[in-house]
Formats: sequence, C-alpha cells, structure tokens
Amino acid sequence: MQSLIEKIRQGSFSDFPGGIRPQQFKELSNQSPVSRLPLPEKLFIPVKQHIGVEGQIKVAIGDKVSKGEALTQSMNPFAVPVHASTSGEITAITEHVSAHPSGLPEMTIELTPDGEEHWAELTPMLDYRQQPKTKVLEAICQAGISGLGGAGFPTHIKVTPKKDIEFLIINGVECEPYISADDRLMREHSWQIRQGIDILCHLLNPKYVLIAIEDNKPQAINAMKVACQENPDYIICSIPTKYPAGGEKQLIQVLTDREVPYNGLPVDVGIVMQNVATCYAIADAIFTGKPLLQRVVTLTGKALQKPGNVWGLLGTPVSHLLDHAGYTPGKRKKLIMGGPMMGFELASPEIPVVKITNCILAPDDKEMPEAADEQPCIRCSACADACPAELLPQQLFWHAQAKELDKAKDYNLFDCIECGACAYVCPSKIPLVHYYRIAKAEIRTEEDEKQKADKARERFEFRKQRLEQEKAEREARHQRASEARKAAMDKDGGDSRARVAATLARAKAKQNSDQSSTEATDKVAAAVARAKAKRQATQKSAPEPHQTDNTEQDDKAAKVAAAVARAKAKKQATQKSAPEPNQTDSTEQNDKAAKVAAAVARAKAKKQATQQRAPESTQTDSNEQDDKAARIAAAVARAKEKKNKRSIDKPEPEQTHQDIDTPMITADNDKKQKVAAAIARAKAKKALKDNNSS
Amino acid sequence: MSVLVALIAIGALALVFGLILGYAAVRFKVKSDPLVDQIDAILPQTQCGQCGYPGCRPYAQAIAEGDEINKCPPGGEATIRHLADLMGVEAKPLDSAHGEEDNKKVAYIREDECIGCTKCIQACPVDAIVGASKQMHTVLIEECTGCDLCVDPCPVDCIDMVPLKPTVSSWRWQLNSIPVRNVE
Repeated sequence: MQSLIEKIRQGSFSDFPGGIRPQQFKELSNQSPVSRLPLPEKLFIPVKQHIGVEGQIKVAIGDKVSKGEALTQSMNPFAVPVHASTSGEITAITEHVSAHPSGLPEMTIELTPDGEEHWAELTPMLDYRQQPKTKVLEAICQAGISGLGGAGFPTHIKVTPKKDIEFLIINGVECEPYISADDRLMREHSWQIRQGIDILCHLLNPKYVLIAIEDNKPQAINAMKVACQENPDYIICSIPTKYPAGGEKQLIQVLTDREVPYNGLPVDVGIVMQNVATCYAIADAIFTGKPLLQRVVTLTGKALQKPGNVWGLLGTPVSHLLDHAGYTPGKRKKLIMGGPMMGFELASPEIPVVKITNCILAPDDKEMPEAADEQPCIRCSACADACPAELLPQQLFWHAQAKELDKAKDYNLFDCIECGACAYVCPSKIPLVHYYRIAKAEIRTEEDEKQKADKARERFEFRKQRLEQEKAEREARHQRASEARKAAMDKDGGDSRARVAATLARAKAKQNSDQSSTEATDKVAAAVARAKAKRQATQKSAPEPHQTDNTEQDDKAAKVAAAVARAKAKKQATQKSAPEPNQTDSTEQNDKAAKVAAAVARAKAKKQATQQRAPESTQTDSNEQDDKAARIAAAVARAKEKKNKRSIDKPEPEQTHQDIDTPMITADNDKKQKVAAAIARAKAKKALKDNNSS
Repeated sequence: MSVLVALIAIGALALVFGLILGYAAVRFKVKSDPLVDQIDAILPQTQCGQCGYPGCRPYAQAIAEGDEINKCPPGGEATIRHLADLMGVEAKPLDSAHGEEDNKKVAYIREDECIGCTKCIQACPVDAIVGASKQMHTVLIEECTGCDLCVDPCPVDCIDMVPLKPTVSSWRWQLNSIPVRNVE
C-alpha cells in the first residue's frame, strides 16, 4: 500500500487500456476568465435535473420568489430540490422542451426575473466541523447539489458511504475536447474548491485525497497545488492526456490500478469520486448557504465569435448564452450540449442550462461535417484497440444491428461507457455508440415490459382466483339455501303426511273393528249412519246437532258413522287439497281434517314455487322472444329519438331564451340531456349490434 | 437352449426396467407442463384474446401442443423471436389475421360520459378499472395492458384506446451521429 501511495506521489501512474488522443481545441475557450451575463428575459427551470426522482412543486403561478428559494421539495432520498436562480415571479408551470437527446417536453417552472436579485434568507454553516454529519449532508441535499461532472447523481447519497473510504478522488481531468469549464474554475477558484474538499474529507474520512488533472492544464495544476500546499494528504496528480481518462472507472484505473467490479460502484474498491465543480458548489452551500444556482458553462465552437466560459444561471435558455457569444449559425445550425464525444444534439435553442450542462458546442459547417455514409464493418478491430472498457465493439455492433440483444448482453454491452472512442477510430464511419444506445434502450424497454407482463399475469391470476372463489361461495350459498328449503318442506310435508296416514290408519282400524264386532247386529244402523254421513259429507255444511240426535239413538252406531264420516271427509279434503273457501265450511265440521288439508295445500304451494324457480333455465328460450321485443322497443325508441330531434331542432331559439332566463333549470336540463344522450347512444349501439348480427 | 436363456434374460431385464420406469413415472410425475410455463413467461400477458384463445396461458398451452407461434400481435416480432428460440422453430412474420403490431395503448374513460354501469370493470382481465355502480369509472394507466376488452362492453362508447406518450425514460435513440473530425 505504501508503495502505491509513493508511486502516486512520484507521479508514476498506471494506464487504462485503449483510449484515443483527439485534437483538444481547448485554447478556443480557456483564454479568458469566466464572465457573467445579464439576466435573461425568462428562466426555464426543469423540475428534474438529475438522476433520481423529481420533487413536488411547492410554488404556484404568480408567486414572487427570492433568489435561492427552493421551488420543489421531496421526502424521497433520491430527490434534490431545484431553486429559483434569481428573484422574480413564477409566470408559468408547464411543459418545456427538455435538456435530453429526445427534446421531449418535461415539467418546467418558468421564472420571469425582476432584476432585483434579492436573496432568500441564507443559513451558512461555518462551524460544520462541530455539526453532526447528517446535518451537513442535509445542507448539501437542500442546496440541490448533484454531480456536476455529467451524470448528475445526487451528491449527498454519494458522500454517505457504508464502507471505509481509502481514496477520495477529485476529478478535474476534463478529458473531452473543447471543454474548459473545470479548467477555468480551478484556475480562478482553487481556494474554494479546496474548502469543498475539506468538507468532503470531514464527511468521508478518506486516507488520501487525489486531485487528478490532465497534464494539458498546467495553470490549473499550479493553482490547485498552491491552494492545497498546507495539506500534505491532498496529492495533486498530473495524469497523461488521453481520452477518456476522466471517466470514473478509467481514472480509478489510472490512479490506483484498481478495477471497479462488474455491476459495482467505486465504493466497492474503497474509492469515492467527485468533480471539482461539485466541490466548489459544496463549499458555496456550507460556507455561504447559497444553493446551486449557477455553473460554469463553456461556450465554444467555430460558429461563435467570442467563445469562452460563462456563469450560466440554471434555467437560462441556450439561445441567451449564444447571443452573448456572438453566434453566427452555419447552414445546419447544429448545437451540441456536452462535448463532441459524449454530448447530444440540441432539439431547440430554447433548451435551458441544467445542472449537468458543462458545455455548449456550436460548430460551423466545416468543423463537423455531415456524417459520412456508414460503410460495412471490415472487422479491422481498431475499435477493440480503442475501447477503454476492453469490450469487443465490433461484436457488440454485430449483435446490436441484428437485434440479438441477449448476445449483446453476453458481450457486456452494459459495461460500455458510451465514450465514443470506437466510433472515432472506425474507418467505416459506423456510429457505433448510437447502435449501443439503441440496443441498451431496447433491452431496458424489454425488461420493463417483462416486469409489466409479470405484474399483469399476477393480477390476472389473482382475478381468476377471486372470481372462482366468488362462484364457489355463491354456489355454496345456493346449496345451503336449497337444503334448508328442502328440510323445511320435508318437515312440513312429512308431518302432515304422517298425520294423514295416522288418522287414516285409525279410521280404518276403527272401521275394521266395528265391522268385525257389529257386522251382524247393527248393519242397518251402520248403513243408515253411512248414508247420513254421506249426505253430510256431500252437503258439507252438516250441523252438529244432527249428530247429537244420532248419538242419542245409538251410541255405537253413531260413533262408527261419525268415524266413517270423518274419514271420508278427510279423504275428500286431502283429495281435493284445493280451494280453501270450500274447506272453511268443513273446518267447522272437522278441525283436524282442515288442518291436514291446509298443510297439504301449503306443501303443494311450496312445491309449485320451487318448480317455478327451477325452470329459469327454460326462460332462455323465451329470451329470443325478448330479444325481438327489445329490438322492436329499440326501433321504437330510435324513431322517437328522431322525432324528438326534429322537434328539438325547431324550438331551439325558444330554448336558448329560456336558458338565459333560468340557469337553474338548464343545469337540470343538462343532466337530463346527458342521460338522454347516454341512453340514445346505448340504444344506437344496440341497434347497430343487432343489425350486424341479423 | 441358449436361445431360451437369452429370451429369459432379456425378458427379465425388460421386466425390471419396466418396473423402474413405471415407478419413476408415478414418483416423478410433473403436474403441469413446464414448457407451458416457459411459453407463458414470454407472452405479453395482455390477456386480450386476439390469438383466438381466452388468455395468454391457454395460448401457451396451444403452442406447446403445436399451434403457430405468430398469433400474438401485442407481443410482436420480439415475442415471436423468443418463442422461435424456445420452440426450436423458424421465426415467421406475424399472422395479420389476428391483428397488427401496434404502439402500446391504454384505455381511457371519458369520465363525464361514463354512466357507471360497471360492465368494463367486469370485462377487464387485470382489474385495472376502478369504480362502482352508478359512479364514474377510471382506468389505472399503470396496470392497463391495452387489451381492448373493455371497449366493446361499454354501452355508451366512452372508452378510447389512447397511445402512450413517449417519456424521456421510454424514448429510444435514433441513429443520428455527432461525429468529431480533425480540421486541417
């Protein structure tokens, strides 16, 4: 370990594989100090300017805001707020073309500056060493600081590591051609950058701090050396100029000879890397309390008469910056945000400066001619030699072109840092990086869709299960109900039947015993009694006094007769089991018989009822008839509707008059009309369907 | 004699192996066809029924039993390619009889026209529509698979299929390069 640090101190570094040495063009813009521009007419501050999630907007249109006031807030740890870059009025919260290769509109807060530049209340934290680390981190987060190097990762997350940090690397390499923003910043504000490094050291406790600067920026190296001379643990590393030495993984390899593992982070090898501009912003946030409102933007390219670096307020439209740099557009009016290697073409000059905007490149037509026609790959493998990630670009290209995404993934497509070195060296002028970007996007979309499909399957299966369960429950309920009904019926019916049977048996038994004992003696009496009983039964309204007479005459005979009569009446009643009014008469005669009859009637009624319920299925046949009826009804409705329409058409003037008079009624009418419209639409649809089917 | 010995030996072997195989067939029985699961995992799960089967799983079953692999318009070419890989058959173009590959869409209910009949809720295979009887319904865009099944049952035709707007995260790069050239 000691040897590694000694090696670094001596200035002997490792190297990363591949890489290219394009012409630098840095002298175009790095000659003059960073200048300030007048306020633009309007600022467009996108709500989301970094990797992560956006916060909720907490201002409304018409609000007056002070400079540095937070415009969004969020509880999500991956969200950092955006702030008002100057004082003024919120004039719109709407979608505005975004600083993204697609130029798709994104939610943006439009701020009209009032020119007063009055600050919101600032809370500096000069005694940060006495404060708990979480409070310092909170201050960094609330200042809206995200990585200013290019990716825009929220800084407060990056500086809350879970592991011990050996090296804190400050990235001032700035390896891309044309860009000189970090160079100028280091030359002019090296002290403040060092203050930012102090704060990071307080948070991370690294063993060593390596400040890496490419050797093509000697003035910046000197400035940083002067600023850091008091602290022996801050080592300024002047590394050889080679693109892309400023890439996170490449720089780690150059300085420490360590490789960040696949799918891993620098923290896994004990390293945290921060950009110099981020250090500057952190110092601003802690020592003055100012949130991140501006950044150095390099304006360069041969289409500009006055290239240079400017302090760009976040939200300033690119066109405003270009106006002050003497922009004379060529025929193609090409504008690039970022460097020529990794930047993207701007969809519109109205795109605002955001936290990751380090350069606006305005090349003239000669500088960057129209892309030459792509030619077939000749398998020269120049790209493989240039690749800093040791991938096989020609194979990746092959599979990306054939849409064999799985195979492209097998060739570690996601390790590609999209530096563009392969495309730069390609003799066939193949835009390799774009193929990789498309392939990456497609793989991401596919994975996204797969996830969605899995979710949909889960929901579908859950729904199926739920429906089945509901069906089973319904069936169980029906079964229970029918069983209960059956049981009730059985109880009722069984009772009455048993009673009937019992009485019949009793009657028969009596008859039998009578017949056997008094056959001989009282045949006549029995016949008379039977006749009488018959008469009684047929008359059905036989008064009891008659019977009392009989009893006087002959007890036994009367008893027999009565029994027979009763039995017969019962028999009749049960056979009839019919209209109760008739039976009411017999009730007087015989209570028991009536009861039996009633019970039977009830049972029968129940049976009928269940039978009626059962043949529901047969009703489907009648549905056809119903359909016809419905169709007729629909036709009639349609006719009516037409008629209505005609009649409505006529008296419209009158109606409008009414409308003015009685707004209350119109509201009511509105509803009615809506309902009517809905019904009419439904009917029309049905009619259409009917027509189609017939 | 030797022929008899051979016959007996072979017969005995056959019997032993037969028993082993028979036991294995019972012991290691797989209830559902794992191939169906694999196919089902590739299908897009819109449950739209455009393939002619009542959902993605039935179609997966049908493919496992030898049906064509090009009947899924929501999945499109990508799904066909994956299915061809899995089934070891030649990928073929989408069968246009079942529909064309289209941009992803989601259902949208024009809420002031909705009469609250709940018919679309019953039709939705993934429970992506919320609402109650005589209350306005609405579609959960996140859950909607764009299957179209709710459009037909609507008695007042207030459901539209709206193509999804591309967002910054779903946007795809186009092939326009930014080359850098040395200027002589």
